[in-house]
Amino acid sequence: MTTQSNAAEPSNAADQTVPNHAELVDERIVCWYFFAALIFFFASLAGGFLMAFQLIRHNPLNGIEFFSPGRWRMVHTNAIAYGFLANAFLGMLHWVVPRLTLKPVLDKRLSWFIFAAWQVVVGSTAVGILLGQAQGLEWGETPVWIDPLAQVGLLLVAINFMAPIISQQGPIYVTLWYFIAAFVWTFLTYAMGNFVPQYCVSGSSAGAVGGLFIHDLVGLFVTPLGWGMMYYFVPILLKKPIWSHGLSLVGFWGLAFFYPLQGIHHFLYTPIPMFLQYGAVMSTIAVELVVMTVVINFFGTIWGDGKAFWENLPIRYFYTGMVFYFITCAQCALQVTLTFQQLIHFSDWVVGHAHLVMFGVFSMWLLGVMTYLFPRLLKREWYSRTLCEWHFWMSAGGLAVMALDLTLAGLFQGWSWMGLQPWEHSIEVSQPFWITRIFAGMAMALAQVIFLCNLYLTWTKSPVTVEEPTVSPATA
Amino acid sequence: MFESKSGVLFIAGLLFFAIAFLSNALLPALMYQHLEEKTAEQLVNANLRYQFEDLAQRFPESFKEHIGTPPDNDEQAAEWYDEKCADMLRLGRDIYVGEGCWHCHSQFVRPVSNESERFGPVARSEEYQNELQRPVLFGTRRVGPDLSREAGRRSSDWHAVHFFKPTDLSPGSPMPEYPWFFDGAPDKPNRRGLALLTYIQWLGSWLDSYPYYEGYEESAIATLERRADDEARAAASADSDASEEVEESTEEATNE
Repeated sequence: MTTQSNAAEPSNAADQTVPNHAELVDERIVCWYFFAALIFFFASLAGGFLMAFQLIRHNPLNGIEFFSPGRWRMVHTNAIAYGFLANAFLGMLHWVVPRLTLKPVLDKRLSWFIFAAWQVVVGSTAVGILLGQAQGLEWGETPVWIDPLAQVGLLLVAINFMAPIISQQGPIYVTLWYFIAAFVWTFLTYAMGNFVPQYCVSGSSAGAVGGLFIHDLVGLFVTPLGWGMMYYFVPILLKKPIWSHGLSLVGFWGLAFFYPLQGIHHFLYTPIPMFLQYGAVMSTIAVELVVMTVVINFFGTIWGDGKAFWENLPIRYFYTGMVFYFITCAQCALQVTLTFQQLIHFSDWVVGHAHLVMFGVFSMWLLGVMTYLFPRLLKREWYSRTLCEWHFWMSAGGLAVMALDLTLAGLFQGWSWMGLQPWEHSIEVSQPFWITRIFAGMAMALAQVIFLCNLYLTWTKSPVTVEEPTVSPATA
Repeated sequence: MFESKSGVLFIAGLLFFAIAFLSNALLPALMYQHLEEKTAEQLVNANLRYQFEDLAQRFPESFKEHIGTPPDNDEQAAEWYDEKCADMLRLGRDIYVGEGCWHCHSQFVRPVSNESERFGPVARSEEYQNELQRPVLFGTRRVGPDLSREAGRRSSDWHAVHFFKPTDLSPGSPMPEYPWFFDGAPDKPNRRGLALLTYIQWLGSWLDSYPYYEGYEESAIATLERRADDEARAAASADSDASEEVEESTEEATNE
């Protein structure tokens, strides 16, 4: 199986002075982060189901305070962002950064402290929300008393990983551009979103900051970590360098400049001044063009190696994610226009779009990374390749159905509202779509159950087969 | 520069973020600086006070138990009601946020998509300059209708029953039940229930067109008056060929 490539980078002969893998990577912490991520993934799925069953009016737990779908809806989004994505990214960083820089993180004890602190932050966010103490900002619902702790946690993360990166001499690899920027941006974004609209400004200005926050959380925390990860794993798995370094530069700098300028596009036709809304729309369309260069770059890389898409499971996860990314961006360049907004704003179209990005792209990538790394971390092959295949196809298929279904639902809702039908009409017209969504969600959830089963069986039953990963310096 | 640590850190990480923050966050904040941010006390208006005292009439025992009894002296009672009303507004807003109401109900009416026909006047900036809009509750999804013009549209009795069991009043509604706002029955709202009712009856209570009833039809006299008004305006602007202006003024008159 091609997933067994062990080199850290496309390499020449191993250098004698290169530290060995065990000195660089604390494999246990990678594992623990991945386990934590999967636990929160299930918490998020539970929240999604509660809301979904409520919408089709068959919520068996209706009327129970701590199972209130309104509260669990917030757990759903926060658990994915801070519980699944952040934990999985941190695990990935503990593997990638030391191997790429050939230096361990600043302090392994600090790593464990951060791990524990972050679980406390995410756990108390969930508990706080379930107790009804949420803050009124999407993805910033983290109760106000947790915000300072999370902020310190993000600072420590940046320090811990920046230490090995700072020690690099000369130009650094693309992955590290994205990671450095992500550490700075995540810290700043979290501070901006959780403190400014709560303590500094109200009303329309708070709306502008809030829009910037929910946007930047995807664009400046999740996206750069995701792409940095792709720039690391894809060349290793395909055993060849990225197609065009020039396009990598365009992609990174275009994203860095245009992505932060678009927050207000979440609140078009609000009382926020129109010229700011136009500016946000323009830079959104600009960034869609820029990210296309990134997608083109990666498809240029796999060109001629199409077989790898079918044979190499992590590569299939990565490139499927990129196809979804392409769809997301094409969709985004259209839906951000004022013309589309009239129809689709406030509707399930937006929900479909969010699932396409968060699950279709970033969760798929991270599941691919897990599929690649778990055999190396547990020192044994996957118990069953068939179960891995089921995991992939049910995740990708379920998501594709859900995204298409919700996008269509959004159109029907938008037309119902615009046509001044009684409100109940928009609910009734949504029912078939919401029911379909439940089944798509079940497929996606079942896929993760299969993944967990496969992981458990791999852990307990398979004989040890995979060798210790070797390290060789990058040649870029 | 484009591939160096410092280039990425300072230009992409800090500078680009700063540019975005200045243009997308600080600029609107400065533009609205002149608008005073109102406190909950300042938000208590006559319409809301009427609804709040109405709660005391409709749910006398609950009101007494969870909010208290006003002083006998009329002047003191007025002050007492104002004070309690502001407290309840703050608490109501916290519950609205904590329960995630804002994930299914927006609080702004757009100037497009026939929204002003359905909900009422289009949202204006001034309406959001108050402490209850920290962070602002525009919302991003509408499973249920917009609530920013909900005040006075329905009675507090209706809302109480609706919170307790939405399907009793709106068959087919996917809204969850909120029995924990009540002491066991919809006619016994607890402190949280009373606070949320106060908050809902505040949303839009500041508007001239309050209360904005669904399916509201103006009286025959009002129609004649409006037509006369429109004609006067049309005559005034007849010199200019800007037909858009006329349309606008007609719309304004309709909203009035």
